[in-house]
Amino acid sequence: MTAVTGRAGGGRVVVALLRAREVGLLVLIALVVLVTTVKNSHFIEANSVQQMLSGAALFALLGVGETLVIITRNVDLSVGSVLGLAAYVVGYLFKYHHIPVWSGFLIGTLIGAAAGLVNGLVVTVLRVPSLVVTLGMLYVIRGIDGVIVNGDQIDPASIPNSFTAVGYRTFLGVPWLAIIVAVVVAVAGYAMRSFRSSRDLYAIGSNPDAAALAGIPIGRRVFSAFLISGTLAGLAGSLFLALHTQINNNGGVGYELIVVTAVVVGGVAIFGGSGSVVGAALGALLLNVINQALVAARISAFWNQAIAGALLLTAIAFDRWLSLRVTRSLQSAEGAHHDL
Amino acid sequence: MTSDVATRAVGPAESTGRTAGTPSPWRSALRWEVGLVVVLAAVLLFGSVKSPHFTEASTLFYLGINTGYVAIMALPVTFVIMTGEIDLSVASMLGLSASTVGYLWHHGWNVWAAFAVALLVGAAGGALNGVLVAHFGLPSIAVTIGTLTLFRGLAEVLLGSLTIPTIGDRQFPSGLTDIGANSLPGSQLSWSMLIFLVLAVIFGVVLHFTALGRSMVAIGLQPEAAQFAGIRVRRIKFGLFVLSGVLSAFAGILDMLQQASVTYDIGTGLELNVVAIVLFGGVSIFGGRGTIVGVVLSVAIVGSLQMALTQINVSADKQNIVTGVLLLISVIVPNGGEALRRVRNRVRRRPLPRAG
Amino acid sequence: MTGSRTARRAGAAALSALLTGGILAACSSTSNKSSNTSANNPPAGTTAASSGAPASGSGGAIKKGLKVYFIPKDTQNPYEVLADKGGEKALQELGGSVTVSSGTQDTAAAQLPSIQAAIQAHADAIVIAANDPSALCPSLNKAAQQGIKIVAFDSDIQCGSSPNHLFINQADTKQIGTSEVDLLAKQINSEGDVAILSAAASATNQNAWIKYMKEQLKQYPKMKLVSTVYGNDDPATSLTVLQGLLSAYPNLKGIISPTTVGISTAAQYLDTHKDVAKRVTLTGLGLPSQMRKYVKDGTVQSFELWNPKDLGYLAGHAAASLASGTPLQDGATFQSGSLNKTYTMAQGDGELSVVLGPPTVFDKSNIDQFNF
Repeated sequence: MTAVTGRAGGGRVVVALLRAREVGLLVLIALVVLVTTVKNSHFIEANSVQQMLSGAALFALLGVGETLVIITRNVDLSVGSVLGLAAYVVGYLFKYHHIPVWSGFLIGTLIGAAAGLVNGLVVTVLRVPSLVVTLGMLYVIRGIDGVIVNGDQIDPASIPNSFTAVGYRTFLGVPWLAIIVAVVVAVAGYAMRSFRSSRDLYAIGSNPDAAALAGIPIGRRVFSAFLISGTLAGLAGSLFLALHTQINNNGGVGYELIVVTAVVVGGVAIFGGSGSVVGAALGALLLNVINQALVAARISAFWNQAIAGALLLTAIAFDRWLSLRVTRSLQSAEGAHHDL
Repeated sequence: MTSDVATRAVGPAESTGRTAGTPSPWRSALRWEVGLVVVLAAVLLFGSVKSPHFTEASTLFYLGINTGYVAIMALPVTFVIMTGEIDLSVASMLGLSASTVGYLWHHGWNVWAAFAVALLVGAAGGALNGVLVAHFGLPSIAVTIGTLTLFRGLAEVLLGSLTIPTIGDRQFPSGLTDIGANSLPGSQLSWSMLIFLVLAVIFGVVLHFTALGRSMVAIGLQPEAAQFAGIRVRRIKFGLFVLSGVLSAFAGILDMLQQASVTYDIGTGLELNVVAIVLFGGVSIFGGRGTIVGVVLSVAIVGSLQMALTQINVSADKQNIVTGVLLLISVIVPNGGEALRRVRNRVRRRPLPRAG
Repeated sequence: MTGSRTARRAGAAALSALLTGGILAACSSTSNKSSNTSANNPPAGTTAASSGAPASGSGGAIKKGLKVYFIPKDTQNPYEVLADKGGEKALQELGGSVTVSSGTQDTAAAQLPSIQAAIQAHADAIVIAANDPSALCPSLNKAAQQGIKIVAFDSDIQCGSSPNHLFINQADTKQIGTSEVDLLAKQINSEGDVAILSAAASATNQNAWIKYMKEQLKQYPKMKLVSTVYGNDDPATSLTVLQGLLSAYPNLKGIISPTTVGISTAAQYLDTHKDVAKRVTLTGLGLPSQMRKYVKDGTVQSFELWNPKDLGYLAGHAAASLASGTPLQDGATFQSGSLNKTYTMAQGDGELSVVLGPPTVFDKSNIDQFNF
C-alpha cells in the first residue's frame, strides 16, 4: 500500500481514502459509544468520557512512535519494557532522591531515548532485523528492570503531588494526559505531512530499493524513527507513573502487543509505507472505548480479548481490500504502476 | 514476512546478499550448527561445574517436561518462518486447545473425544491463519497477532475463572496424566520430549530430503521465482499454518496432561520463547535458511541453560536477560561482521550519485 | 574467500560461546537470594528461648542446617518479597537456610523449574505460594515422595489428599471474606449496591475469599452484589473496569477490592474524583505503605490485611518444624519464634492448616505504626 503524493486523480483518491480511515475510526468510536449509551446512559457522563481518553492516552503516545517505525517496515517490540523501566527509575528517584518534578519527565524521556538509540543503532548499523532486535531488547530490558527493582514497590506517598497532578487534572473537562498526548499526536501528524524527511519514511517503507536509489538516507531515517519511538516510550513511562502513582516491576508488561494492535487497527499497514499517527491514536482510543463499553454495558469482560483480536483481523483484512482498490484505481488512472 | 527495511535497503552496487559471493544457505547453516554445538558444550560444561545436580538423571527428565511441549511448537513455526512468514498465535492456540478439552471435560465428555475436538479446533485456527495469510495475502505478523489475541480471548470465554478440574469434576485419567510425573520406562526422557524428537526427525527428513522441503526453502528465498517455478506457494503456506495450529493444539493437550489441570491462561507468553528458540537455532527471519538440527540444538541449549541457572538459583529476571542476549547474539553475529565491513567500505567509497 | 569465511564463522561460534560463558559467569557470581547461614553459627539471640524448647506434640528440637525452598508466586511481587524475607529470618534464627526461587510471570509453568530444583537439591521443605491450585500437584507429589515437606502459604494448593501438606493461611479464608463484607457494611450502613474489583479471573485466593463474601452478603439483605470485575492486578485494566463498573451501576455504594493493586488503583481514582468518593465507599485488602496517603486524606476509611512478613516467618517455622519430625496431623503443634505463640494444625475442609491470626484493620488511628 503506497502513500503516493502525486498530482492526478490517483493522488487525490489516495489522500481521500487515507482521510477516510481516520473518519471511519471516529465513526466507529461514535458507534460504539452510541450503542453503549443506549444500553446505559451513564456511559457518556463526564467521568466516563474522561477515563476513555486518559485510559487510551499512553497507548496513543506509544502508538505515535510505533507508527513511525512500522511505516518504515520495521517494528518496535521493546516499548512496553522501556515504559516499565523508565517509570520505575523515575519513581525510585522520587522516593529515594527527591528529584524535582520537572526532572521526572525529563529523566523518563532520556531513558527512553537511550533505549531507542540502542535499538536504532543495532538495526541500522548492524543491519539486524528489527523484529528480532526489539524482541531481544524486550527480554533484556525487562530483565534489567527486574534486577533493579528487586522486589521494591514505589508507593503513592513517595511521588510529589505536582507530578501526579498531570495524571488526573483536567482542563475544561479534558484530562491533561489526553491534552498532552493530543498535542504530541498533532505535532507528529503535522510533521509527517509536511517535512520531507517524514515523507522519506513512507518511501522507505513502500519500496526500500527505490528509496535507496532516490538517495534517501535510509539508515538515518530509520534510526530517527527508533529514537523517537524509544523517547516517547520513556515519556510514557513518566506519564504512567503520574497516572497510576505506583510502580513495581510490572509496568507496561504486554503493552507492545496492545500498541501494535491499536496501530494496525488505526490503519498503519504492517508492511510499511502508509498510515498516520492520528489513525494510530484513534485506534488506541477505539480499543479502550470498547474495553470500557463492555463493562459499562454489563457484558462479561471475558469477551474483551476475543473482540480485540477479531477487530484486528477485520482491520487488516479491510486495509488489504482498501489497498487493492487503491492499486486498481491508480493503475486505471495512471497506467503502469507496479507497487507491492 | 518480508524483511525489515534497514537491513535490506542497500546501494545499487550491492546485492541483497543472496546472489554471487554468498555461500549457499546450507554451508552457512552448517557453520551456525557448529557454533551451536560449541555453545551447547559450553552450557553443559558450565552446568556440570557450577551446579551439583546438573548431571543427575532427573535433570534430563525435567528438561523434557519443561521444554518438550514448547519445542513441539517450534517445529512447525520453523517451517512457517522458512517460507518467510511467522506464526505468533501458537501459544494462544495451545491455551485454546487445552481450554477446549477442559471445557468439554467439565461437561462430562469422554477425554479422547475432547482431544479430537481440540485438535480440530487447532486445525480450524490454523486454517484461519492460513486463509488470511496465504489466500488473502495479509501480513502474517499482523494476522497472527490478531489470532493470538482472538484465540486467547476465546479460551477465556470458555473457561473464565475456572480451574479444571474444579469441584465436582472428575480427575483427568491418571494413565494419561502420568506423563507429567514419570518418564518413559527405562529412560529419563519425558514423553513430551520423546514425541518432540520423533517429530523432529520427521520434520528434518521432510525439510532436507523431500521436494516439499525444497519447495519451502525456495519459497523463502525467492518467493516470486518459486511461484513461477510451479510451486504451489499458497497451498504450502496454508498447509503449514494448519500444521502449526494442529501441533500447537497437541502441545496444549500435552501441557494440560502434564499439569493435570487447566486454566484459560495456560501457556501465556510462550510464543516469544518459541520464536526465540527458532531464531537462535539459526533459522533466518527472512526465510529460506535454517535446519531442524539447529532448532533441536537450540532447544537443548535453552532448556539446559534454564535448568542449570535455576539450579544455581540465578533469578528469573537475570535469565530473561540471558535469553534476550542470546537472541541478539543469534542475529548480530551473522549480520554484524558483514555489516561492519559494509560500513567501513561505505566510508571509504565516494558518495553515490543521486538519482535524477 | 571461503577459507576466511570458515574462520570467521568459527570465530563467531567461539565468540558466542565466550559471550555465553561470560554472561553465565557474571550471573552466577552475583544474584543468589539464598541466605546461607552455616550450621555452625548460633541462631539469632531473640528467639533463643523458644527455638530451643521442645514443643509439645511435635517431633522435638529443630534440626540444624535445614534447607528450605521458598517458591513465591513470582520473584518481584512486593507482598511475596516481604513474606520471603520473613521466611529467611525464621530459618536464619533456626540455623537453616532459605533459597528463594520462582519465575517472573504468575503462572504455574514458571514455578515448575523451582520445584524441580528443590527436589534435586534435596531440600528439606518447600514453602510455596501456588499460582495454580492443581497444576503443580504432579511435581509437588514427586517432592513429597522424596520426603520433602510441603507447606503452602498465601495461595493454597488443591491436590486431593496427596501430597499431604500444611497450609499457612494468612487469615482464615472464611474470615477474610466475611470481615471484608462486615467492614464495608459498617461504612455504608448495611445497605446498597456493592461490587468487587478483583485480580485475575483465575486468581485462587481472591476466588476463595469472594466465595465467602457472597455467603456473608446473605446476612445483609439490604446489600446486593451487582458485579465482580477483574483488574488482572494491572493498574490500567483496573481503571478501565472500575470506570465501566461505575457507569454500569450508578447507584453503587461500595466496592471491595481484595487485592493490593486493585484497592490502591481504586483509591487513587476516588482521590482524584471527589464526586464519586462522596457516594462510593472503598475497602479491601491493601498494603499500609500504599494506602497511607488515602487513609490520611480520608478517601478510604479502613481496609485490612496482615503482615506478610509474619506470614512468611510462620511458614518458615512450620517448614522447619515439619522437617524436624513434627507429624503432619490434626492437633500437632509447632513453635513460632518471635510470634510467641504455639500453633496447632487443624483438619478442616479437606486439609490441614494453621491460621496466622485475624486480619488487622487499618485506619487513621493505627496506619502509621506499620511500614510494610
